[in-house]
Amino acid sequence: MRTALSPAAAADLIPDGATVMVGGFMGVGSPHRIIAALVERGARGLTIIANDTARPGVGIGKLITAGCVAKVIVSHIGTNPDTQRRMLADELDVELVPQGTLAERIRAGGSGLGGVLTATGLGTLAGQGHQVVQVDGQDYLVAPALRAAFALVAARSADYARNLVYSLTARNFNPLMAMAADTVIAEANEVVPLGVLAPDAIHTPGILIDHLIERPRMT
Amino acid sequence: MNAKERIARRVALELHDETLVNLGIGLPTLVASYVPAGIRVYFQSENGIIGFGARPPEGMEDVHLTDAGGAFVSALPGAVSFDSAMSFALIRGGHLDMTVLGGLQVDRHGHLANWMIPGLLVPGMGGAMDLVSGARRVIVAMNHTQKGVPKIVDRLSLPATSLRPVSLIVTDMAVIEPRPEGLLLREIAPGVSVEAVRAATGTELLVLDTVSIMPV
Repeated sequence: MRTALSPAAAADLIPDGATVMVGGFMGVGSPHRIIAALVERGARGLTIIANDTARPGVGIGKLITAGCVAKVIVSHIGTNPDTQRRMLADELDVELVPQGTLAERIRAGGSGLGGVLTATGLGTLAGQGHQVVQVDGQDYLVAPALRAAFALVAARSADYARNLVYSLTARNFNPLMAMAADTVIAEANEVVPLGVLAPDAIHTPGILIDHLIERPRMT
Repeated sequence: MNAKERIARRVALELHDETLVNLGIGLPTLVASYVPAGIRVYFQSENGIIGFGARPPEGMEDVHLTDAGGAFVSALPGAVSFDSAMSFALIRGGHLDMTVLGGLQVDRHGHLANWMIPGLLVPGMGGAMDLVSGARRVIVAMNHTQKGVPKIVDRLSLPATSLRPVSLIVTDMAVIEPRPEGLLLREIAPGVSVEAVRAATGTELLVLDTVSIMPV
């Protein structure tokens, strides 16, 4: 059975300039230990695909403030003044995508689909430059699939086979991203023996997870 | 009663029993405090839950349980959590009966702008474009004017959130319904005249012979 990685070893796998999906919604359900290790390593030039950039000092906000990020593809940045300042100073490229469209683009990327058709954003700035197609007389924007080299996800529980269970609103983008990257790294609040997580309760099959982060060493 | 409370109380009268409702951040969140007695509403938050409730006592919050604004909430008995794709499938797929959102501007067609002020404020659209495009009813809850400048305008000067018209506009001064023929003034707030509403509105209003008083 594959052994677990330290957060630092996981951060070393991710090269500068990589495209990285990061789970979480305003920092809730973000992989905080891997994020801390990326900041520690001094990662540079990352493209981050995520729902948001949380707040300064929280979740993905730590990567922004530490200057690890060159570009974000997110649904909003309103809660992080540091992201907005860097965008206006041309230090950070920001691509805004409607939240539901972002979720579906990632889902498509992990599902072998070229993209999805959505009415969201039609005729708005979010639709500019996107192809419009008609199905049954109805206009839709073409929202192309999104994939990444890495996905960093957070769960409440993992078992030794890396099966994952998420908690409440910490689930958000995590299960979608766990499908949509070449290398998927997961951290969990607890790691339990096989059989503890019932088959019906598991949200993400462990076979999709390339690396699990080791249990926190509590003293 | 302040303006925000008056708006929230009036919006709450649009709630119906056994419906799924999404409240935006800010003023719309207040609507949850005024659900009429005898009505069961299921509140959805787009970060992935149906059936959230009030914040737990200090020190008992769950870091894995917040609303879309990142504020701590509780899960009521019968609550359900899910991922972001499911959350927006509910929103776009015709399963969400109503959403209540704040607004920067609404034009004479009922088009809403509420996600950016170019050059000044670029927070991003978050879930707003999906909500306005997908919810069965879209209610805008906002002040009638911003520092005396009308927010209900002839043409949007700010980028639109959706080309789909909203269903109803509830302000501190009036209730206005966008219709194909124009903006219909349905109700005025107590103590506010039709002329005052007209003066505070940046486009023409359709006014019937009798206008109701906002029941709040």
